[in-house]
Amino acid sequence: MAGGEKELDEKYRQLDEVIERYGHQEGQLIRILKEAQDIFGYLPEEVQTYIAGKLDMPVSEVNGVVTFYALFHTEPRGKYGISVCMGTACYVQGAQGILDEFRRQLDLHEGDTSADGLFTVKSTRCVGACGLAPVLTVEDEVYGKFRRQDVAKLLRKYRRREVIAGDQRAERPDRYPEETAPGH
Amino acid sequence: MINGLNDLIDIQKKRLPDINARREKPGDAAGWQVLVCTGTGCTSSASHQVREELAKQVQLKKVQARVIKTGCFGFCKMGPLVVIYPGQTLYCLVKKEDVAEIVEKHLLEGQVVERLLYEEPASGERKRRLSDIQFFRAQYRVALRNCGLINPEDITEYIACEGYFALADVLLNWTPAQVVDAIKQSGLRGRGGAGFPTGRKWELAAVAEGPVKYVVCNADEGDPGAFMDRSILEGDPHSVLEAMAIAGYAIGAREGYIYVRAEYPIAVDRLERAIAQARQYGLLGRRIFNTNFDFDIDLRLGAGAFVCGEETALLRSAVGERGEPRPRPPYPAQCGLWGKPTLLNNVETYANVPVIIREGPAWFASLGTENSRGTKVFSLAGKVLNTGLIEVPMGTTLRTVVFDIGGGIPEGRQFKAVQTGGPSGGCIPERYLDTPIDYESLKQLGSMMGSGGMIVLDETDCIVDIAKFYLQFSQDESCGQCTPCRVGTKRMLEILERITLGQGQMGDLNELEELSREVMDASLCGLGQTAPNPVLSTLKYFRDEYEAHIRDKRCPAGVCRALLDYVIDEEKCVACGLCARECVAKAIIGEKKGQPYFIDRQKCLKCGACLARCPKGAIYTA
Ligand SMILES: Cc1cc2nc3c(=O)[nH]c(=O)nc-3n(C[C@H](O)[C@H](O)[C@H](O)COP(=O)(O)O)c2cc1C
Ligand code: FES
Ligand code: FES
Repeated sequence: MAGGEKELDEKYRQLDEVIERYGHQEGQLIRILKEAQDIFGYLPEEVQTYIAGKLDMPVSEVNGVVTFYALFHTEPRGKYGISVCMGTACYVQGAQGILDEFRRQLDLHEGDTSADGLFTVKSTRCVGACGLAPVLTVEDEVYGKFRRQDVAKLLRKYRRREVIAGDQRAERPDRYPEETAPGH
Repeated sequence: MINGLNDLIDIQKKRLPDINARREKPGDAAGWQVLVCTGTGCTSSASHQVREELAKQVQLKKVQARVIKTGCFGFCKMGPLVVIYPGQTLYCLVKKEDVAEIVEKHLLEGQVVERLLYEEPASGERKRRLSDIQFFRAQYRVALRNCGLINPEDITEYIACEGYFALADVLLNWTPAQVVDAIKQSGLRGRGGAGFPTGRKWELAAVAEGPVKYVVCNADEGDPGAFMDRSILEGDPHSVLEAMAIAGYAIGAREGYIYVRAEYPIAVDRLERAIAQARQYGLLGRRIFNTNFDFDIDLRLGAGAFVCGEETALLRSAVGERGEPRPRPPYPAQCGLWGKPTLLNNVETYANVPVIIREGPAWFASLGTENSRGTKVFSLAGKVLNTGLIEVPMGTTLRTVVFDIGGGIPEGRQFKAVQTGGPSGGCIPERYLDTPIDYESLKQLGSMMGSGGMIVLDETDCIVDIAKFYLQFSQDESCGQCTPCRVGTKRMLEILERITLGQGQMGDLNELEELSREVMDASLCGLGQTAPNPVLSTLKYFRDEYEAHIRDKRCPAGVCRALLDYVIDEEKCVACGLCARECVAKAIIGEKKGQPYFIDRQKCLKCGACLARCPKGAIYTA
């Protein structure tokens, strides 16, 4: 990828800034890891090693922290992160069915990311909007009173956004899962 | 920069008219004040668009009005909310498109926009004033006193509400021991779950030896279905900062940390602003109010592990390690952050502190019940009309909360149970609805106060499935250090799984009870010690529902899919085809206007969408 290296350099530069800001404070490893994940999108081994080196701590310790917390992931994620709230309020309003429907339509058997690399689907804890249950978020956008039948429409919306954006990396999949949910 | 009480009073004087107008006390604030909720609930339904549009139009039409951000009003179900003073007019479900009318009619002509008022479901009456609405009338707000009233991003509004006056009073006039005494006398107990007497905890930290001590705030809020701590942080962050400074003075600490989860971005942002403003005003930092007392606060981010809410795990996580609990003693009061004496309290616990100092411990102790003083915030959700955030005096009955404030069960369904205490709590059935809520009474019923999550269940919720949900949660979140918790909850989960699949045996129920005892007795930390509660309490009150699953292979609530078949009643079916269009699995076969439709059992996902869609009620589960 042209420019990829430059891009990467830029990311490490940002990471250096973060370490500069928090590295001298005691106990800020989680903060640094979170910001690193925001920069790189995930926490690959190289980044963990880099942080460990800068903070002068064993990689195993950094890795131990990364693997302990649900917030961190070590594999790349899809372009759109879909988080289905599985807090109790959402659960009793049918969140499990919504999650199942995403998995079915995106054909996610193992792992959480769709084959085209567009969507990562996972469950999350109470979003704090229980009045709108069931709730899901796509990146920063919140969708409340969501229904299982709305899944296809939602996926279509983001796929269309890709086509319009003309982003070459996100190719149109050969076949959309069967169109469903009339009336949307 | 605030150097003494007088500076504080000056600021208060300047801002008081605004606040008084919102409290409906005499004052002469100029023009309209338009409050827009920016809590997580309302933000999720695009309250920011409403706010931006309001600001734009107010400017455009040169109305004398100010648009002000607030934290959660509690009535999240009806969000986005807008409240206009003077008049205390509450507008519900406000959309961007409604703004023009509000500005034209209300702000320019002084008339109310009837159609946006709340309609009381029981009487169908439209209520104009916020305080006339049943949801608000039965409440009493102490910890939430400023939520929905002030702009959480403006320290002067907090000061106008007597904010930081308790800190000033304490630093200038009280000894640390007097502060500890006041908290003890108030009878305040920890709002984070266990209800440990707060004054006692402060005393332990105060007498602990050592030149360096810490004050920590637990803002992890891991209960899946609870958002009260978050709402306090978002709506009134300074109350927590002020309380932590008071605690620092009382126990002899100079540093405080707030452990808040990274998944609460609005709360993190508001806290960062609040800390920066407090420092700027000299209310945090060195020589506060020109005394010898130095105190500062910093944030530590949590990263989404429920067990990190447990105090020993939190203290480890706050220094950047894996959040694994350790046995107690030693207690945090002796050995906490970096091995130093540490006072750890929950967000809501702290939010009560400044009021206790200002109004006096006797006032606080006069609220609530004998052993549980004060008020409690609950996040009310699930199958209840008014989901949201509420605060009531301890001793209020469950019925008042669910039916009076909560407005009862929607869609004319039957109440089944109310789940309190989250993963460490249990389900309380109808016959105990008149129980006054306090720490002891809930425990007696086999549930818990916990942090204050309250989920209402109706007849369409399966009790076995709910028990399974919580156990799955505990199983996922177990830190894995100790075998009883790691393996015990797994065995229990397997049994519950079998039952919901229709493969249970009667002996399973006794085994569940035995395993529960073992896990409770032998686990290292509170997570394991309480994880079986949802199972035990449902077994106690809803044993027949378990038995129906096992003996009759039937799920009375119609939830456990393996035990259901969706069937179309040929008599009732009019072949309209709506069900087939709704079916994502293409499992419904038929021809429009032809013979009755039927469902292919092999293909059916048992999602229930067809049943909900059928206008004739022709689809049922068997
Ligand atoms: C598994 C587990 C999770 C907990 N989660 C929280 C939490 O999210 N927030 C909280 O304030 N307390 C939580 N607690 C209780 C804390 O350990 C601690 O008792 C409390 O924060 C002390 O503050 P308080 O005395 O003001 O209640 C949890 C306890 C356990 C055992
Ligand atoms: S449980 Fe989903 S938003 Fe609270
Ligand atoms: S978030 Fe707006 S009322 Fe609760």
